[in-house]
Amino acid sequence: MTVDIVSRTVQDSARRSPLGTYAGQLAAVPKGVSIREVPFLTQLDLRVEPGGEAAAAAERVLGVALPTTACTAVSGVDGAEVLWLGPDEWLVVAPAGQDALEGDLRAAVGQQGAVVDVSAQRTTIAISGPRTADLLAHGCSLDLDPRVSPKGTCVQTLLALAGVVLVVRDEHAGDVWVLVRSSFARYLADWLLDACAEYEDDPSWR
Amino acid sequence: MQLIACPHCGPREETEFHYGGQAHVAYPAGNATLSDEEWGQFVFFRDNPKGPFAERWVHSAGCRRWFNAVRDTATHQILAVYRQGEPKPVVA
Repeated sequence: MTVDIVSRTVQDSARRSPLGTYAGQLAAVPKGVSIREVPFLTQLDLRVEPGGEAAAAAERVLGVALPTTACTAVSGVDGAEVLWLGPDEWLVVAPAGQDALEGDLRAAVGQQGAVVDVSAQRTTIAISGPRTADLLAHGCSLDLDPRVSPKGTCVQTLLALAGVVLVVRDEHAGDVWVLVRSSFARYLADWLLDACAEYEDDPSWR
Repeated sequence: MQLIACPHCGPREETEFHYGGQAHVAYPAGNATLSDEEWGQFVFFRDNPKGPFAERWVHSAGCRRWFNAVRDTATHQILAVYRQGEPKPVVA
């Protein structure tokens, strides 16, 4: 009963994404990059023993093998992406509204693993454009050159001192997702806007 | 600033890591009968060598896994890293 009331309350109230009020500012950055929030993605933390029965069951639900190479991500069925977070931990990121995935995964892994809905933990900032790597280099020590970080790279690191998950989504570092904790999102958005500011008059960013 | 090679993620900036004290401190056997002094030894007393020292580190901004590292306490240079449960490597 309590659960019914809670879920109904959440559905009824208008959801506000952490960066909902930043959309205008983020849209106005110099043209070398394009920054927007991708709110309300379904995010599930999956913990199973790699190579075990539960992992195989989860792979059947996701339609793809769980990546066991460190710092990589793969795409599954229905737009789901599976991000490597640790040797026995993955983050399943699916389009908003895929509420059934949590139950399906949990039923698949049973008692031999854990599936936790962490959708509200992080929001996603999508950064694209030819200057994406240059922008991120302002606050991230990782080399985002495509030779070092090809498509499918997924790293947890610090961006401007905020813990983030970076997902490289194309072949030339021109499309990156930054998953940042909701409480850090506005800080990071402010930092990104500030990092863009010096390129306002740069012709190569136009 | 130096790079520390996380055994899971590979080389990362030192600021992504946190220190966890001396490695290979075994939980005492027969702990129901330990005296206060023996407990004190286990809880509080650690080696403090000058030179290579096996320590616990955690990649707190990355994979959040604990691992062990041999660090030279005089130069702060990380000489070796290895996963938990693996034997301490011999360093020159």
